[in-house]
Amino acid sequence: MSITIADKDTENDLKIVGKNVKRSDALKKVTGTLDYVIDQKMPGMLHGKLLRSEYARAEIIKIDTTEAKAIKGVYDVLTGENLSQPVPRFGSIKEDQPLLADKEVKYHGEPIAIVLAVDEETAKKALKYVKVKYKQLPSVSTIEEALKPNAPIVHSNDQDNEKTNSNICGHWDYNWGDVDLQKENSSFTINNEFEFPMIHHFPIEPYSCISYPVDDELVIKTPIQHPFILRRVVAQALNMELSKVRAISNTIGGGFGGKGYPKIEPLAAYLAMETVRPVKITLSLDEGFFSARRSSAQVNICTGFNSEGFINYQDITIKYLIGAYADSAPRVAGKSSYLACGPYRTPNARINCEAVYSNTVPSTAFRGFGMPQLIWALESQMNEASKIVGLDPVDIRLKNLPEKGDVLIPGDNPVDGDWKQGLRKAAELIGWGKDNEKNKGKGIAIGIKNPIPASVSKSIVRLHADGSVTVSSGTSEMGQGAKTVMGQIAAEELGVPMNRVSVNLGDTSVAPFDTATAGSRSTVSMGRAIKSACDDIKNQIKEIIHELYTLKTSEEMIISDGYVKVHEKVISYAEILTEYMGPNLGEIVGRGVFKGTKINNHPMGGLADFWEIVFTASEVKVEKETGKLNINKLLNVSDVGCVINPLQAEAQEEGAAIMGLGHTLMEQLVYDNNSSKLMNGSALDYRVPTSMDIPDNFESDFIENHDGPGPFGAKGLGESGIIAVAPAVAGAVSEAVGIKMKDLPISAEKVWGLINNKK
Amino acid sequence: MENESFELEFILNGESKNIRVKHYWTLAEVLRSQEGLTGTKLCCEEGECGACTVIVDGKSVTSCIVLAPEVQGSNIVTIEGLSQDGEIDPVQEAFIEEGAVQCGYCIPGMVMSAKNLLDENDSPDEEEIKEALGGNICRCAGYYRIICAVQSAAQKYKEKVKVL
Ligand code: FES
Ligand code: FES
Repeated sequence: MSITIADKDTENDLKIVGKNVKRSDALKKVTGTLDYVIDQKMPGMLHGKLLRSEYARAEIIKIDTTEAKAIKGVYDVLTGENLSQPVPRFGSIKEDQPLLADKEVKYHGEPIAIVLAVDEETAKKALKYVKVKYKQLPSVSTIEEALKPNAPIVHSNDQDNEKTNSNICGHWDYNWGDVDLQKENSSFTINNEFEFPMIHHFPIEPYSCISYPVDDELVIKTPIQHPFILRRVVAQALNMELSKVRAISNTIGGGFGGKGYPKIEPLAAYLAMETVRPVKITLSLDEGFFSARRSSAQVNICTGFNSEGFINYQDITIKYLIGAYADSAPRVAGKSSYLACGPYRTPNARINCEAVYSNTVPSTAFRGFGMPQLIWALESQMNEASKIVGLDPVDIRLKNLPEKGDVLIPGDNPVDGDWKQGLRKAAELIGWGKDNEKNKGKGIAIGIKNPIPASVSKSIVRLHADGSVTVSSGTSEMGQGAKTVMGQIAAEELGVPMNRVSVNLGDTSVAPFDTATAGSRSTVSMGRAIKSACDDIKNQIKEIIHELYTLKTSEEMIISDGYVKVHEKVISYAEILTEYMGPNLGEIVGRGVFKGTKINNHPMGGLADFWEIVFTASEVKVEKETGKLNINKLLNVSDVGCVINPLQAEAQEEGAAIMGLGHTLMEQLVYDNNSSKLMNGSALDYRVPTSMDIPDNFESDFIENHDGPGPFGAKGLGESGIIAVAPAVAGAVSEAVGIKMKDLPISAEKVWGLINNKK
Repeated sequence: MENESFELEFILNGESKNIRVKHYWTLAEVLRSQEGLTGTKLCCEEGECGACTVIVDGKSVTSCIVLAPEVQGSNIVTIEGLSQDGEIDPVQEAFIEEGAVQCGYCIPGMVMSAKNLLDENDSPDEEEIKEALGGNICRCAGYYRIICAVQSAAQKYKEKVKVL
């Protein structure tokens, strides 16, 4: 018997993929009927409110909770001392963060006590009656201070799980070729230092989670991107079995990395176990500023070019200022620095990266995972190089971009797309080469990143007796549209209409394992897992047909569009299942797996599944009198292999670009250097882009060569759009008024100052 | 003092209400905790993000900074009140069609601001739309699709009027 599974690799065959299928959650979202965790309550639920440290670093001498406990409606008030000893600590990379401060606070805003009360109002009120006596200790909040020989050490205490005698949390080196030799052989050497500030994710949905015990299981409902990581971290911190912890992440009101790794969940889980009641902890938006941020970075970059403008070497030193606890910051540092030479052919490289602890909010993953910081430096360097070498900014990039199939980083997957095509497209769309009006300039930059190497996604797809389908996957829906896209992939593969596919996401007790919803990986990795689960279903159908119809070897069967054609008959899935198992009695369960290539001893643990690349261009007008920028146009061209849902893909690109414009023009967390206190942690003081700040024109375009590893040749998207915005804008500003930006944001004051200094 | 409560009478999505509330409660709290209308979202709680936008007596307000006594006798419309007889409002329809929705958390507030704009101005230009939505932060989308949705909703309203 031979089987034909209709080949859907040509665009014309696709019925659901590549179409503007409406988001499956949109109706609930526009009518306000979608329940986020913050909207939910349970009978007997206790509300937790956190008391946070007033100081960046201090010894806790005494916490007096008597008065607070006496308030009507207060169930309990707990400090680190009241928890099981030693105080449980959690973390995805290092188990270093105590559930509540353990004798010492390490950053301004660190949780030191929690009030549990019958409602939030009472909990908030009681907080005011908790009295804390601190002994202030010296702190550090900048890279310079943290690395001074006599600097206060963030993790110097015995109770710290990860005691260190310096503030260096981790160190990474990547080398190839011979940089020292090339230093003598280069015609042009350019040396610069660039800085990138701390940025807050600012999701509109505040952090909120509910944890409760059911029988011998502990449930945690929370908007978290990586439910399986949460499950592991809680199980480790509370010494439980994985099977006893259930993480449910149904819908997330914006994540951007800030809701990737556990924050308040381990404490809520602990309290639910202790009180045997549902415990809800909700943070205010302002408290979000004390929970997650992007690490700031200082990048020293020295580049050598030969006389024709080819890169000879890159010598790059990176220092990331991370917070008081590791969270995922070491991974951000180690992984992004690996790609510090960006998309260019770099025959010789020396990359040196350090993650430096400080008494500030723990930094974590943030859209782009370190690449916006590094690409800011690299592409600003390329802009300057174009002037020094005497080549147009587009030409110098074209010259140094590799061809498809070339090595990018020795030992990793080769270049997987036509990058020059992307750059040319961006240049064409912005009108590169046309004369600029006075005080107007154009800038172009390339962003790149790799997904999570050696990751795993699994999925279960069930074909029910009536022909409807359920997809279960550990991916979470954070607005990126996974719920819709995963449904589209299954619908396309099985040939059933979208409205017959249900998608269950983010529940560790329902879905099989998935590494993470991050790194723009889900469409590729989970998409592949779903596709393979659908193939599994088709193979089982094949076996069933074989059993039912005893086919001769020469006879053909075709499975396509929800039907099987056999013996000149066209039979629906429902008919096959009914005939085989009886009416409404069964289902076919398909299992699917995607596993990235794991390589022992590889610095990343495995190969990049694809290279996520973006070409960003902008046109900017500078108001010389005030320094104010008017962004006339911003555009992104991304190589995504195949667009599964054009409307959502464009929306992702757009959102990423505007978020990038935020850190380019206005966003920055400000710490007071003396006290290490966060000065602008509120919506009032920390400005993000509004509808009034967007460029006059925005455009996004995709390169679709169907050459990605994902279903239908897809590559990932979602992060790329943010990566190269800052250097593209800075390049345009430099063209317009001849100034050189070394740090962000590009505020009007800074621009005005640089214009006037130049005179 | 703190426990002082009073009778609040108001019209909520067309229905008369008479409930006991505390004088220091915000309208957002009344809607979410007392009335169970969680479609009105809370984010910054200081009037800066627009997630909690509702329409009070024909004007859009950020309900997190409006105190309960201020809405005595008012007519309040929330996101739950926009759909009628199971049919969603053209603004909501347009938001879905134009791909203006991502995580969705800002959307109820955004829809209410858009609705309020179109009630006052049936053909807003781009600048007017940007201004009307200037107090509504969306961290996911880039606003373009939201602006398109408002333009398309304006069109839909006009067509609806023609049909009537
Ligand atoms: S929650 Fe009311 S304006 Fe932000
Ligand atoms: S859709 Fe997420 S904040 Fe607007």
